[in-house]
Amino acid sequence: METPEQIRDRLLARFPGAQVTVVVNGSPSAQHSLLVDAAHGREMAGFLRDDPVLKLDQCSNVTGVDWPEKEVVETRKTTVPDPAGGTPKIIEEKSKRIEPGCLEVVYHLFSVALRHGPVVLRMRTGNRTDAVTLPSLTPVWRSCEFQEREVFDLFGVKFDGHPDLRRILMWDAFKDHPMRKDYVEPDDYEWEPTPHGDVLAKAKKHFPAPAAPAAAPTPPTATA
Amino acid sequence: MQDLSPGGAHVRAVHDEFHGDLLEVSMGPHHPSTHGVFRMVVTLDGERIVKLKPVFGYLHRNHEKLGEGTSYLGSMPYTDRLDYLCSMTNNWAYAVAVEKLAGLTVPERAEYVRVILAELTRLLNHTCLAGFLMQDCGCSGTPLMYAFREREKILDLFESLSGSRMMCNYQRFGGCRVDPPADWLARAQTLVDGYTAFLDEFEALLTGNEIVMARTQGVGCMSAALAVSAGVTGPALRATGVAHDLRKVDGYGVYPRFNFRVPLGAHGDVYDRYMIRVLEMRESVGILQQALAGLPGGPIMNPAAKLRGFRPKAGEAYGRIEGPKGEIGFYLISDGSPNPWRYRVRPPSFINLTILEDMCLGHTVADAVIILGSVDIVLGEVDR
Repeated sequence: METPEQIRDRLLARFPGAQVTVVVNGSPSAQHSLLVDAAHGREMAGFLRDDPVLKLDQCSNVTGVDWPEKEVVETRKTTVPDPAGGTPKIIEEKSKRIEPGCLEVVYHLFSVALRHGPVVLRMRTGNRTDAVTLPSLTPVWRSCEFQEREVFDLFGVKFDGHPDLRRILMWDAFKDHPMRKDYVEPDDYEWEPTPHGDVLAKAKKHFPAPAAPAAAPTPPTATA
Repeated sequence: MQDLSPGGAHVRAVHDEFHGDLLEVSMGPHHPSTHGVFRMVVTLDGERIVKLKPVFGYLHRNHEKLGEGTSYLGSMPYTDRLDYLCSMTNNWAYAVAVEKLAGLTVPERAEYVRVILAELTRLLNHTCLAGFLMQDCGCSGTPLMYAFREREKILDLFESLSGSRMMCNYQRFGGCRVDPPADWLARAQTLVDGYTAFLDEFEALLTGNEIVMARTQGVGCMSAALAVSAGVTGPALRATGVAHDLRKVDGYGVYPRFNFRVPLGAHGDVYDRYMIRVLEMRESVGILQQALAGLPGGPIMNPAAKLRGFRPKAGEAYGRIEGPKGEIGFYLISDGSPNPWRYRVRPPSFINLTILEDMCLGHTVADAVIILGSVDIVLGEVDR
């Protein structure tokens, strides 16, 4: 099978203006992946499926990955020569940078006809809040139908062009996306008739004790 | 929640759309033929199904989130609970993914033991499935009873090796947990020697049975092109005639050393899916005979494998094996910490249900029951 670099070069030649980068996988599995831009995602997926050399006719696995924004601390060392001729001083400058977060959808593609794979395809959303739309690959591979619904349900990625984008594992009235790293589970889901320990602490926090009944009005004292 | 009250918006919508008397039936989640808590919202025109929407999630416990909250080893017993009929193959698939992630090798003896246990699991799963399928067809009792009699024998073997009948938690990354003793191997050999006789008996009861054939042939057909596109794997895919068995395609473990054939169907209907499983069991018996005869000595665990305090380098890996229900895969992303950053299960039962509607359209409700039965699902894996 072609290397990811070869696939990238062919994709770039076929789709001028598209962005394709090879994401290097540092583990011994060496399954490197192709990060493609959302605008050309579906055409490129169709190309990978129909290309006679690759023939990736099976999209085996679809999943999401949450990458929250993180603070990166960079240390920059500068050497300042001592004007008196002594040993030069090393000054460390620390700068903080916020790396923006995103949601990522990963597709593992195989070829049943030619028996090779996986080619790992990735797409990233703009951020984790309002730009979370990616093109759906269900029109290319039918196996994405339920799996993209699952990614929508658990990660909150909206798939443009999906025929039936609804929650699949959680119930329809559920609000949040549980697989996100910053998901906070509700604290009132476990209830015991005689709560104790952690559960009691949670329950007390969630259900504040009813306010003490207002003090009974004192009867007017008879004045002498 | 969807409004399912009588005369609710959903029924009105259906009436408006078709201008006829369509009936919407909610099958499940508490229905014995759905193999667990699974629901199908079926729209019927007379007796014919015109629409079918599966509803999932009744057994959802967010397995993947739990996997991200525990160590790599901590997830191993939890994979038993995915497809609780096939804990040995679930363990193996997870072990394969972690071994790819960390670059671990497995001793030869452990590879043989894994093959023996995986093929026993395949026998167990396919036997049960055939029994359940016949139960769904309406031959109540007898086939399922025979199937469960054999299943108990295999579960006894699992119990004496791992300590648990169904929740085996036996494989480890880099090998297996305990070495099977000689008397266990002798018992396994006795079981394997007797299995062909059971299959002959079982097939004599069912395979040529006129009622079974009339009931299952031409029902729930699936085309090869659609099956591949929909990611259907395992016996359901091979019943359509696509030669795709990961034991041959990937050749993982020591499978290339064994001589076995991959049975293929021609029609992709319920009968073919039943037949593929019976033929696969016969091949599994052959693999078991070869593996038990060729089992080498040596260690069962890679001494370099570190189970506790295991921190693989940052990276990712997708590992897959041919489970009895199809391709079971695990996708792991490591950030160098003791817990995986991302832990994903590729559940064959769930993905094989993608084209349940396509298979059921035009058939009756009674056919939908056997079509679902022939897909072979376990809700522990579908809902995770």
